[in-house]
Amino acid sequence: MNDALRIATPAASRNVPRNAANGEPAPPKMEARNLDFFYGDFRALKGISLAVPEKQVTAIIGPSGCGKSTLLRIFNRIYSIYPGMSARGEVLLDGENILDPKYSLNRLRSKVGMVFQKPVPFPMTIHDNVAYGIGHHEKLSKAAMAERVELALRQAALWDEVKDKLKQNALGLSGGQQQRLCIARAIALRPSVLLLDEPTSALDPIATGRIEQLIAELKSDYTIVIVTHNMQQAARCSDRTAFMYLGELIEHGETDVMFTRPTKQQTEDYITGRFG
Amino acid sequence: MGTSHDHIVKRYDEELARLTGEIVRMGEMAAAQLTGAMDVLERRDSRAAERIVLNDVEIDRLEHVVSHDVVRLLALRQPMARDLREILAALRIASDIERIGDYASNAAKRSMALNEYPVVSASRGLSALAGLAAQMLRDVLAAYRARDAEAALVVRARDAELDARYTALFRELLTYMAEDPRSISPAIHLLFIAKNIERIGDHATNIAENVWFVVNGEAPLAEREKRDLTSAVGRSG
Repeated sequence: MNDALRIATPAASRNVPRNAANGEPAPPKMEARNLDFFYGDFRALKGISLAVPEKQVTAIIGPSGCGKSTLLRIFNRIYSIYPGMSARGEVLLDGENILDPKYSLNRLRSKVGMVFQKPVPFPMTIHDNVAYGIGHHEKLSKAAMAERVELALRQAALWDEVKDKLKQNALGLSGGQQQRLCIARAIALRPSVLLLDEPTSALDPIATGRIEQLIAELKSDYTIVIVTHNMQQAARCSDRTAFMYLGELIEHGETDVMFTRPTKQQTEDYITGRFG
Repeated sequence: MGTSHDHIVKRYDEELARLTGEIVRMGEMAAAQLTGAMDVLERRDSRAAERIVLNDVEIDRLEHVVSHDVVRLLALRQPMARDLREILAALRIASDIERIGDYASNAAKRSMALNEYPVVSASRGLSALAGLAAQMLRDVLAAYRARDAEAALVVRARDAELDARYTALFRELLTYMAEDPRSISPAIHLLFIAKNIERIGDHATNIAENVWFVVNGEAPLAEREKRDLTSAVGRSG
C-alpha cells in the first residue's frame, strides 16, 4: 500500500499529549480548566480547557481577536495589573491554581517568563538587562551574577555575539539580538515555563530562524507556549497546536495532525487561508 | 472533510483549479491513446500507430507543466492540510498518467511489429482487457474530478477483475505458443501488450488511492485483492 495511506494514529488517542521521547502520555505542566476571561462585560475567553505538557512546545494560533494573547497573558496573570479585567475558572501550574490571589505574583513571575512581540530591552547595559531581574529575586555575589548572566546569554544563543560588549547599551543591538536578549532576561530567572507572544513578528527571516532554532534548544529545559500568526512557524516549532476562534478553543492536538488533517472545518479553513 | 469555502486569495483557487484541469486533460489524452492503440492493433494500421507513438510527447509535456505548477504552488502558497494533499496528489497522479501514456505508446509500437505476422486470435481477449482498463481510467478520472472517494474505491476494486482477465490471457497465449512455435514471436508481443494493460490498471488503482488520500487524509484503506497469478503459472505443485 502507498506510504501516504498508512494507518493513522487512532483519533481517540490523538488528543492525549505524549512525551516525544517515549510516547508515554506527558504530564501537563500548566492546565487551563474551564477558563473564562472578561474585559469589563466582554467575555473574551469562553470555557477554555487546555493542557500544556511539560518540556514541549505548544503553539496557539487563530485570527486576530480570537483570545490567544489573552490566554497567554492569563498564564502569568499580567492582566491583574489592569482594572476591570477578571478571570474565572482555574489555571494550574504544577497542580496549583495560579489565579488564586494567594498565589504570589512574584512567585509566579519567577516560574513563568514572558517574551513579547516587540523586543523591549531596558535602557541599560546588556549585562544589567539580564542581571536586573535576578537581583530582584536573589542576592548573588558579583562573580555568581556574572556566571548566571553568561549562562542565560549562552542559553539564548547570544553569548558569542555580545561577550565582548557586555557593558554596552542594549539598545545598540539589532532587533533579533534584542529579542534573544529578552529571552535571556526571561530565562535568567530560571522559570519552568516560557511564554512567547509573537516573538518573531518584528524580525527578519534570519533572526526568525535563530529564534526558532533557540526554541528547539530551549525545549529540553523549558515548557514553552508560543502565540504566532505565522502558521508555518507554528507547524515547524511546536509539538502541539491549539486553534482558537472568537474566544473559544476550537481544536487542539498534535501539530503534525493539526496541520495535515485537522478534524474541524473551522481549523481547516483557517490554516488553508479560507477564513472569511 | 469538505472545503466549502474559497481561499481569501482568489488566485490560489485559480491555480489549484488549473492543476486539476491539467491532470484531467492528461488523463483524457492517455485514455484516448490507449483506445487508439487497441484500434490500430485491430485494424493493423502501422501509420496510425506511428501517430500514437508520437502523441505521447504531449502527455510528457503536460507532466512537466504539472510538476512546474506543483513546485510553484509549494514555494509560493505553502499549502496546508487538504490543499497540501491536493497538490501532492496532483504530482503523483500526473506521474501515474505519464506511465499510462508510455504503456499505450508501447502497445502501439508493438502493434507495428505484429503487423509483420499473421493474426493471432488472442487479440480479441486483449481488446476486452484494454476496454476494461480504459474504462477504469475514465472512471477514476471522473472520481478525481468530483473528488469522490467512494467512486475511486469502486475503481480500485475493479483491478482484481483486470488481473484475473490478464492471467487468463497469459495462459491462453502460452497455449498458442506451445501448440505452434511459429506463433511465439507475435504471441510474445501480445503478451507484453497485455502486461502493459495490466500495469495501466495498477496505475489507475494508484490514482484511486490518491483520490481517497485527498478526500480523507491518511485514513487507512483495506488491503486490495490481487488476482494477477501469472507469476505462478507453470509452477509445478
